[in-house]
Amino acid sequence: MPRGTAPIGRVMAQVAMVMNLDKCIGCHTCSVTCKQTWTNRTGVEYAWFNNVETKPGVGYPRRYEDQEQWKGGWMLDRRGRLVLRSGGRIKRLLSLFSNPDLPTIEDYYEPVTYDYDTLVSAPAGPDLPVARPHSLLTGRPTAVTWGANWEDSLGGAPEHAGGDPNLSGEWAERVKFAFEQTFLFHLPRLCEHCLNPACVSACPSGAMYKRVEDGIVLVDQHRCRGWRMCVTACPYKKVYVNHATGKAEKCTFCFPRIEAGQPTVCSETCVGRLRYLGLVLYDADRVGEAAATPDERDLLDAQRDVFLDPHDPQVIAAARESGIPEDWLDAARRSPVYALISTYRVALPLHPEYRTLPMVWYVPPLSPVLDAVTSAGGDQDDPDHVFAAVTRLRIPLEYLAELFTAGDTDVVGGVLMKLTALRSYMRARTLGEDGDEAALRAVGLTAQEAQDLHRLLAVAKYADRYVVPAAHKEDAAALTALENRCPVETAGPPAEGGGTPGERAVLLGMPTVRRRGTPDAAAGGHR
Amino acid sequence: MVPNGSLGFRWGKAGQGHWNLDLGDTVPELSLLDSAEETVAVALPRFDEGGTEGGAVMVRGVPVRRVGGRLVTTVFDLLLAQYGVRRPGLPGDWPDSYEDASRPYTPAWQETVTSVPAEQAARIAREFARNAERTRGRSMIAMGAGTNHWFHSDTIYRAFLALTTMTGCQGVNGGGWAHYVGQEKVRPLTGFQHLAFAFDWQRPTRHMAGTSYWYLHTDQWRYEAFGPDELASPLGAGRFRGKAFADCLAQAVRLGWTPGHPGFNRNPLDLADEAAAQGRGVAEHIVDELTSGRLRFAAEDPDDPANFPRVLTVWRANLLGSSGKGNEYFLRHLLGTDAAVRSAETPEGERPEEVVWRPEAPEGKLDLLVSMDFRMTSTGLLSDVVLPAATWYEKDDLSSTDMHPFVHAFTPAIAPPWQARTDYDTFLALADRFSELAATHLGTRTDVLPVPLTHDTPDELAQPGGVVRDWRKGECEPVPGRTMPKLVVVERDYPAVADKLRAVGPLLETLGTTTKGVTVHPDREIEELRSRCGTVRDGAGTGRPSLATASDMCEAILALSGTSNGRLATEGFRELERQTGSTGLAALAAVREAERITFADTRTQPRAVMTSYEWSGSESGGRRYSPFVINVEHDKPWHTLTGRQHFFAAHDWISELGEQLPVYRPPLNALRHYGDEHLHEPGRAEVTVRYLTPHSKWSIHSEYQDNAYMLALSRGGPVIWMSTADAGKIGVRDNEWIEAYNRNGVVAARAVVSHRMPEGTVYMYHAKDRTVNVPTTEVSGRRGGGHNALTRLLVKPTHLAGGYAQFTYAFNYYGPTGNQRDEVTVIRRRDQRVEY
Repeated sequence: MPRGTAPIGRVMAQVAMVMNLDKCIGCHTCSVTCKQTWTNRTGVEYAWFNNVETKPGVGYPRRYEDQEQWKGGWMLDRRGRLVLRSGGRIKRLLSLFSNPDLPTIEDYYEPVTYDYDTLVSAPAGPDLPVARPHSLLTGRPTAVTWGANWEDSLGGAPEHAGGDPNLSGEWAERVKFAFEQTFLFHLPRLCEHCLNPACVSACPSGAMYKRVEDGIVLVDQHRCRGWRMCVTACPYKKVYVNHATGKAEKCTFCFPRIEAGQPTVCSETCVGRLRYLGLVLYDADRVGEAAATPDERDLLDAQRDVFLDPHDPQVIAAARESGIPEDWLDAARRSPVYALISTYRVALPLHPEYRTLPMVWYVPPLSPVLDAVTSAGGDQDDPDHVFAAVTRLRIPLEYLAELFTAGDTDVVGGVLMKLTALRSYMRARTLGEDGDEAALRAVGLTAQEAQDLHRLLAVAKYADRYVVPAAHKEDAAALTALENRCPVETAGPPAEGGGTPGERAVLLGMPTVRRRGTPDAAAGGHR
Repeated sequence: MVPNGSLGFRWGKAGQGHWNLDLGDTVPELSLLDSAEETVAVALPRFDEGGTEGGAVMVRGVPVRRVGGRLVTTVFDLLLAQYGVRRPGLPGDWPDSYEDASRPYTPAWQETVTSVPAEQAARIAREFARNAERTRGRSMIAMGAGTNHWFHSDTIYRAFLALTTMTGCQGVNGGGWAHYVGQEKVRPLTGFQHLAFAFDWQRPTRHMAGTSYWYLHTDQWRYEAFGPDELASPLGAGRFRGKAFADCLAQAVRLGWTPGHPGFNRNPLDLADEAAAQGRGVAEHIVDELTSGRLRFAAEDPDDPANFPRVLTVWRANLLGSSGKGNEYFLRHLLGTDAAVRSAETPEGERPEEVVWRPEAPEGKLDLLVSMDFRMTSTGLLSDVVLPAATWYEKDDLSSTDMHPFVHAFTPAIAPPWQARTDYDTFLALADRFSELAATHLGTRTDVLPVPLTHDTPDELAQPGGVVRDWRKGECEPVPGRTMPKLVVVERDYPAVADKLRAVGPLLETLGTTTKGVTVHPDREIEELRSRCGTVRDGAGTGRPSLATASDMCEAILALSGTSNGRLATEGFRELERQTGSTGLAALAAVREAERITFADTRTQPRAVMTSYEWSGSESGGRRYSPFVINVEHDKPWHTLTGRQHFFAAHDWISELGEQLPVYRPPLNALRHYGDEHLHEPGRAEVTVRYLTPHSKWSIHSEYQDNAYMLALSRGGPVIWMSTADAGKIGVRDNEWIEAYNRNGVVAARAVVSHRMPEGTVYMYHAKDRTVNVPTTEVSGRRGGGHNALTRLLVKPTHLAGGYAQFTYAFNYYGPTGNQRDEVTVIRRRDQRVEY
């Protein structure tokens, strides 16, 4: 139902993220600073709350996007009701002790460290000393055969990348892993902090929750009993099990920083300046309805319709009614995330068909465009014609559509057209010309909007990229308390409570650590 | 007329105020095509065919006039002939069209070399030019190690420069030629140079070109498969006939073109003593000894034990695990340890004619190897002494780069752990002990340095025309500073070294500071430093500003540099105004004349540097640095013969290789020079491929490549990227162990198989040290090598050409490159059970 005809329900605010993939160079600074901050500990050596994948490729963990196998996310049952793909409550309870849909450590990778001490302590020998790999799980020498970023820059792609679940359908047969047809882009990923988080709904212990104040999805470590239902339910495989504690851990969206009005660590340290953080206001009462949208290609619009225009006086009134503070409403109006998603409509969600209504969105990658001039109908002989139409890019539109629009190439193509028109227009402006406003109109932009969007995407000043209002001190008690629960009604069973059998941590389907030295020393290396 | 800005205006008194690019009413003719009296055919070099690297000859005509009995044409006309731009009425063999693939320099011809489709190359060229036209010069070539490390990188560079110059892009913000090789732009250059090299106490110092040094002292010169004559164009004069590369180097040192250290096969302190005993000047004595043959340049006999380097201190570098090209030769000859060199020495008959060939190549020239580092690299593992060093977070230091306009401070977050010391404290400790011992063993002595003819000095006029005249062969007299190196006497007070290190020396007042030909006088700054850093109370530095701590040193560097001291920047520009007669230069700095960036300022936050005479860009008014902006906007000459950027380069050695113009030269034909390197073991599939060593995204050189996170995000150890086709030929799958070997050494690594690699080329990241996950190899039975185990140094003689205008030696600017891109290797799958 389009906005304007329905009354506004409970207004909530979420700190959300957009990433501009044209700028990602795959440097992994985000991954490393995240790891150093959050998972440089025993038990989560294999976990990267933030990782960067080379696409095409199977990703981390392997083929996580194949929900036929992993049963992540939501689906509609025969009566059109939203149910977890991992099954209803009964099925999940029955599989508490033998969940078949969990990735094993081989699907992630065996974390290793190196006996660096050899380099300073080795006795005289026939050869230079060398630090060799040892498993962080068994402590024994091991061979490195897979990793958190094994496919970087298409390494091993001829052998592995064909297994990318996004390479499906007839068009995929045209994708040849050949030198002259090479294409790749980098996809940074973290927890989506979904509006309709499957992990929260699947948790039998009520340990996973979505904060009312800012929408961040967290694990209550005191309540987690290690059932791992969240791991299965998350279609992005962004909940990890700490094999030392047996409990679930995940991206926290750096909530201590967010509460202080600071960007997440991955955003703060992003070399390419491709990340945006800002508020999105949404109607919490309409989330379930949106997630149950019958045609998965309508999910994008359905989710956008759940978002509320922070400039709309009715929305502002309803938000005040819901207790959202004034400075947050101001921040929502300045939100780069809302602008990219709803105003300019250039950002898209990752795999909307999972029906979790993810809240980390992406501006799809445009480059490389130059090679496609002729095939796209550009004028080969006109050296001024440097930007082509987008329908014959190196990166197949179908591939991007699989990732961002449930296969709808028109939508992803439309975004790329908009970005191309923007480039052409701004190039003309830079040359001191007026620019072709007709071309802008064709993609739904005015001259002023184009200049504003250019500032946001290309100039990308720090203060424009990150508009994060600090948490209110009067909410401090609530933020630290454990009463916070998922604020979102779902079609599934209540997330609360049921079936928590005792306090014992559960043994996992992974080897446990048999460490030689002190337990904490080797996380991430000895030095 | 001689146009303003030519070299003579820079160094002659009469030229004062005319060293500028103002041509007045003169309009130079670009081409003689419309005004020519006649045309002549010119023999031009081509390198895409021919029996040697020197290629063949093509004939294309130019329009000419006769001036003073000489045939004259323009460089532009020559350039168009070289590049095959056909114009009516000119004789010779020209391409029919862009589609003509049989004649050099057409788009279709380049496709046969590069595989880039002709139409695509032409379209990119048009777009580049059209964009430059519409943006008034904002087309840019950003290049990196991908082109820099080829043997003929200089011709590639010159092609870039020709392109960006012809399209009007040089000296334009957003245009021109941007390189990211060597980002070590020391913005506070003057302070750094004068204090780091002790120019405040004595001048000059023994600077050396690394490639020449290691080429001789690691004996790589003994393994050449061909000589410099192989590179000579058929149009050359045969100047390299019978010579070896080492002969070229020795001659270049002898003629004062390039540095060579040690200088002579006799202790320079003894040479000075001998001169004193004979009651004559040191220079006179040395010239006499050289001409009589009793004294030799060390470069002429590098394997004489008298000429060995004996003590090597590696400060925060990884010479033996990262940067040293020809690593196995370092191991064998410099260190005398196990090495995987598989090459045979140059056979008799092809050996140097001048440089002494000793039957047994020395192994283990060094007596002592000391390294200072905070990581245990291969260099540390091979050192006699490792001095643990503080990291960036444990010391005071300054940092700057050409990637941003700031100078900023390192400040200690923690004290150096365990026994580690800061670099500054380590050098002070060494100096203290050295001075203490020197009181007994050395005392005060007279030293003499052979110093090459130097850029940005009148030395540029020493050998006009770049004509080679060798005093050794009687072609001229041996005149220090003209036909041979300058011989500079320096008094050394060895026991005072530590005192001098701790104080700013007096030469800064008496001589001033000189950077790139501009001298300024930091008198006031010295006085300010006394109050900021304190005054030395005793010893050799009494009364001088103190440099007791690293922080004092940083303070002094900032105080003495134009980029961080507005008064000095303005004074330098005033001096440049005097030299050029241009006005408006001083104004570039005067807007910030009152500013001083102190070390405390940089500790508070990074500080944007000021526009200074030390560099060619302008940062005034918030602009970003772009090279040559001052030249273009203020008529300030480039530091060349004509004061302009050169399409045409004249020097005997450059002419010999046929490289007067920016020509295309292909990679060296390794297969022809080195032959089949396969081991040919029965049943073992092998493939010979080009071997490249690009930068890794997992490390900065060898730093961080051993970090567990970086390893977890890559493949956990050394890898070689190869194409699907090449992997198929040797039956190797992704992540399987392979071995790469050639005459230089052996590497064991895992294969990364990717369609991103073109067939026939592999790469191994620079610089995978051999300290992590490197097994022993099947080929050598020893630990596999790092990426430089498969490379070696090759010296291109034109990089040694000196003594003339822009072809004069400048520290860190001019000398032979460390190229390694033209290499090939054999690759095969190995037993998958590896041993460490």
